[in-house]
Amino acid sequence: MRRSKIKYLSTGNEACGEGALRAGCRFYAGYPITPQNELTAYMSRRMEEENGTFIQAESELAAINMVFGASVAGARAMTSSSSPGISLKQEGISYIAGAELPAVIVNIMRGGPGLGNIAASQSDYFQATKGGGHGDYRSIVLAPATVQEMFDFTYDAFSLADKYRNPVMILADGMLGQMMEPLAFDDNIKPSGIIPKPWALTGAEGRKPLSAKSLRLGSGKNSLERHNERLQEKYKNIERSEIKTELYKTDDAAKIIVAYGSPGRIGRSCVDTMRDDGDAIGLVRLKTLWPFPYAEIRKLAERGCEFLVVEMSAGQMVEDVRLAVQDDNKVSFYGRMGGGIPEEEVIIKKLKNRG
Amino acid sequence: MDKVNESIISAGFGGQGVMVLGKFFAIAGMLHEFKVTWLPSYGAEVRGGTAHSYVRISSNTIANPAVFNPDTAIVMNAPSLDKFEKRVKSGGLLILNSSMAVGKPKRNDIKIIEAPLTDEAIKIGNVKIANIITAGIYASRKRIFEKDILKNVIKTMLRTREELVSVNLRALELGMEIGKE
Repeated sequence: MRRSKIKYLSTGNEACGEGALRAGCRFYAGYPITPQNELTAYMSRRMEEENGTFIQAESELAAINMVFGASVAGARAMTSSSSPGISLKQEGISYIAGAELPAVIVNIMRGGPGLGNIAASQSDYFQATKGGGHGDYRSIVLAPATVQEMFDFTYDAFSLADKYRNPVMILADGMLGQMMEPLAFDDNIKPSGIIPKPWALTGAEGRKPLSAKSLRLGSGKNSLERHNERLQEKYKNIERSEIKTELYKTDDAAKIIVAYGSPGRIGRSCVDTMRDDGDAIGLVRLKTLWPFPYAEIRKLAERGCEFLVVEMSAGQMVEDVRLAVQDDNKVSFYGRMGGGIPEEEVIIKKLKNRG
Repeated sequence: MDKVNESIISAGFGGQGVMVLGKFFAIAGMLHEFKVTWLPSYGAEVRGGTAHSYVRISSNTIANPAVFNPDTAIVMNAPSLDKFEKRVKSGGLLILNSSMAVGKPKRNDIKIIEAPLTDEAIKIGNVKIANIITAGIYASRKRIFEKDILKNVIKTMLRTREELVSVNLRALELGMEIGKE
């Protein structure tokens, strides 16, 4: 992975790790779980090479709280896990959001509920985009669909986290974590979006002590309600600025597949196959799940498009698509659960049968 | 070159090198400027259990890295023969390690190349290189790879284990010999 100009054959997990390192992440704490183990293993080796800190924590709770600590001291910090482990981290993520600290959390999703299995899934969409932990907070959620995007989005996640002092989650299914694909990047790439962190707890010599916490018992302008209002203002700002969507052949499309991650790849192939048959099909592939592209999808709906949402879940993102479209007759759904992968033939059949 | 759209399942026991074999194909495809994907599949336990890897090599963008009906199945043990023979596309290729996969293939609508690959591997000096013999067989049948590039893949993959390069190159040559029509 060290020299560039050539392409590497890399797993998504390792591309994610390298993307973090290239963004200047020098603190990683994690606890092993399939299907994200290649990422933890990669960090254990590479952090040592880069003089960073790698900690195999005693638990997922410990790992997310170590990230809290590293972040509050000003470091670019990351943790990763897979679905059951991410559930355990929710308390810490809520605290990080409440204390307004940057952090990157990677969820390489596997089948649930419970310990489920180790196959790829997308059934943590609700958890990732609607809070997950307690309280009125949001995490920025990025959804890569290729090994290249596992690198690129993780690299970008650190600038976003610093810019908004907010947790950023990389949400990818287990297939994207474990699969290999060519990866290319500039070997001289430097961390981007580095900004001063005057809030960081770096030792109070020569200045007034600072504090970073999520407990707010004050009143007036220090009250929890005022704090929440400020957070909501920040979230609105993120919704205005950070939505990223790939529109593929949607210009003249009558029917549109909406998907992210691995189903996004499969959806794209369906579009190509059906276009060869003369069907006016397009794809909306979400790169950010929160903020969600409500306006973009609504615009397509107003033009008269119908939508097929494809997910590796019982139907989670489809609820946001329905909110955007505001006409349930125009939105249908195809999902697989527990490790099933949506099949191209089924998607095409569903699109042909509708209307 | 003509449009390429190949899918391969390599299957066997953990330790027979079916994951590495898949990576070999994927790297070779990448060096030929094709789009490639590799995806592993194994249970929670690995050593001694059955495992397989999926590879796609294509001129076009690849959608799903998982493969259900492969153009080629490389089968290194008996459980994998039961599981994957029936999934090979009609007109496809089955490469079978008869040293380990006891039992007869049943299909007559696919091309079957059967050889005692583990025994052949022992004969040329390393039991672990039966996988690279199959790579040679595949290369001689499919003709999508240049031999020099395949040799480079071996050297690249073994850059920290140089002492193993020559035996792997011999395995590749032997496979190409076995695969000759």
